[in-house]
Amino acid sequence: MRKVVRGFYSVAYAVKLCKPNIICAYPITPQTEIVENLAEMYANGELENCKYITAESEFDAASILVGASATGARTFTATCSQGLILMSEVLFNAAGMRLPIVMVNTNRALSAPLSIWNDLQDSMALRDAGIIQIYVEDNQEAHEMIPQAYKIAESVMFPTMVCMDGFKLTHAYEPIDLLDQELVDSFLPPYDPPIKLSVENPLTFGSYAPPHCYMEFRYRMHKDMVNAKKTIEKVFKEWAEIRRDWGGLIEYKEGKTVLVAMGSLIGTIKEVAEENGWGYLKIRTYRPFPAEEVREALKDCENVIVFDRAVSFGYEGILTIDIRNALYGESPDVYSFIVGLGGRDVPKTLIEKCVSKVINREIKPGYSFEGLKEFEEVLY
Amino acid sequence: MYFGKGHGGCYGCPLPIVVRNVLEVLEGKCFAVNSTGCLEIISSQYGKSAWGVPYIHSLFENAPSVATGIANALEVLGREDEGHVVVFAGDGATADIGVGNLSAMLHRNDNVLYICLDNEVYQNTGSQQSSTTPPGAYTTTTPAGRKLPGKIGRKKDMVAFALAHGAPYVATASVAFPRDLRRKAKRAVEFRGAKYIHVHCPCPTGWHFDPSKTIHVARLAYETALFPLVEFEFGKLVRVRKIKKRKPVEEYLKVQGRFRHLFKHPEGQKMIERLQQIADENAKRFGLDV
Repeated sequence: MRKVVRGFYSVAYAVKLCKPNIICAYPITPQTEIVENLAEMYANGELENCKYITAESEFDAASILVGASATGARTFTATCSQGLILMSEVLFNAAGMRLPIVMVNTNRALSAPLSIWNDLQDSMALRDAGIIQIYVEDNQEAHEMIPQAYKIAESVMFPTMVCMDGFKLTHAYEPIDLLDQELVDSFLPPYDPPIKLSVENPLTFGSYAPPHCYMEFRYRMHKDMVNAKKTIEKVFKEWAEIRRDWGGLIEYKEGKTVLVAMGSLIGTIKEVAEENGWGYLKIRTYRPFPAEEVREALKDCENVIVFDRAVSFGYEGILTIDIRNALYGESPDVYSFIVGLGGRDVPKTLIEKCVSKVINREIKPGYSFEGLKEFEEVLY
Repeated sequence: MYFGKGHGGCYGCPLPIVVRNVLEVLEGKCFAVNSTGCLEIISSQYGKSAWGVPYIHSLFENAPSVATGIANALEVLGREDEGHVVVFAGDGATADIGVGNLSAMLHRNDNVLYICLDNEVYQNTGSQQSSTTPPGAYTTTTPAGRKLPGKIGRKKDMVAFALAHGAPYVATASVAFPRDLRRKAKRAVEFRGAKYIHVHCPCPTGWHFDPSKTIHVARLAYETALFPLVEFEFGKLVRVRKIKKRKPVEEYLKVQGRFRHLFKHPEGQKMIERLQQIADENAKRFGLDV
């Protein structure tokens, strides 16, 4: 069924089709309407075998899902920015406990200065938590990623976070081909974990590990996260067969000059690249990071140009660090542009300007902020 | 055995006594949720768990929220008959770092029995002040010095806190009266919604008394009315444990190293008087004297 809906609804409707047992969240812009939509469905009795719980903070919300997930419930939450950072203590814990919580992060900048607008600094800050991070390009992909995220999370037992750009996607009206219940049911089996809290089989969750065994837990976590790439690819392929092929861990179009990005920015980049005969590379799965796929795709091209929307202060753009590391020992030069922080617009002309600087060899490999105003202008 | 095999508590530790009594009276039909703290660290080492009931520990401050998640999941999954959701949390987790989450759980009135094990100090990290540490007590963050006679502030009233949220069942208990504790735990789970029991747990290691005296010290806290034993149903005081011949607070203070300085510090006498005043007010407020 094709319907013109906002990004929020495209997510909420897909969550409903996945039949979650516990939904719990705390309001934050630009996420709120996702859970408002779900609250409305709940109030109308459209969510069966489901409880919608209001929390006193994102920290509370994530903690509630830890308990619910450990009991064997399918769970959902959504947040962003300050909310994600407030959740972070719980999320690191949930990852270590291997709880397949599914969440949506509507990417938003971090304070200070306060900004409700979009960049990727929030989810990138949780890069090392042990959470699967998938970045979507548009609302159709966000919609279709939800059942896939559940299948991935519940197969590999890691929290899984679908990242979609705040405002740029969440608030946008688009015609969306909505999934139907039958298709989702045939794709996503009910959640029935082999290990859960139960009186019949009383297990201890969240034990502490002294030095003689802590490292083995973390090694196993890492190994499973690396291996999760295979499962993710399998799930993506399965989805391609029944619905639509969105690509694998990366989506790649070759070229001498290749533009790299994540999230909705890749939409603009694809258009610019097409017009100019450049290639592009879209990172779909950021953690686990598709290093081999990136290397294979980019190793023979001339210029790799990364567009970053999050900064590791005192170093450089965060995605660039990963891309350059994946290309270590290979020949392409890596150029990096930090753009679009805090909702600053990234028009096609800016992308073209950046690429022409590289092609005309006006700059050396390295990084720079693009789209900055003169500081006097900001002050007035 | 629902709890105890191989736990690593100090000699005289009251926590296993409380946990064992609660789990026994609930016949092990229980989902135990534990905050980070002494109880967690003495009972949940990987491969050596002392728990014979399903147990989860997540973080220091989120036990009430985790319990909410379990209680609601059990309801949605049609597994409510399996057992009660019981939180065991220390006073720091309850009254300090997790107080917001506890407030949220009480406000939502989730079907959870919350048991605060109050040893009036952060003992897992080595005797730091919590907001339930009584005035005058020596802790490593409120030491008695030439100027200050230990903690200056008040003990936070968590019973009033729970009552203010409208919790259907709120009570205090003491490790000195296990039969009373068992009755209260059993009574609590007859109520649907959020139940709160605040249990006084004297800590020989942190309070500096002989490990054989745990029950004796707990009993003195009751006999001086510094820790009154009360019980509320739907906000109404339904029962108190009366005191036959109330003892002066000095009898409780002098058996503990954490109050030793009060008997020689220039400000000590004033602090003892203040503690006596608190005891007198407790006795009056709850009608404790026979």
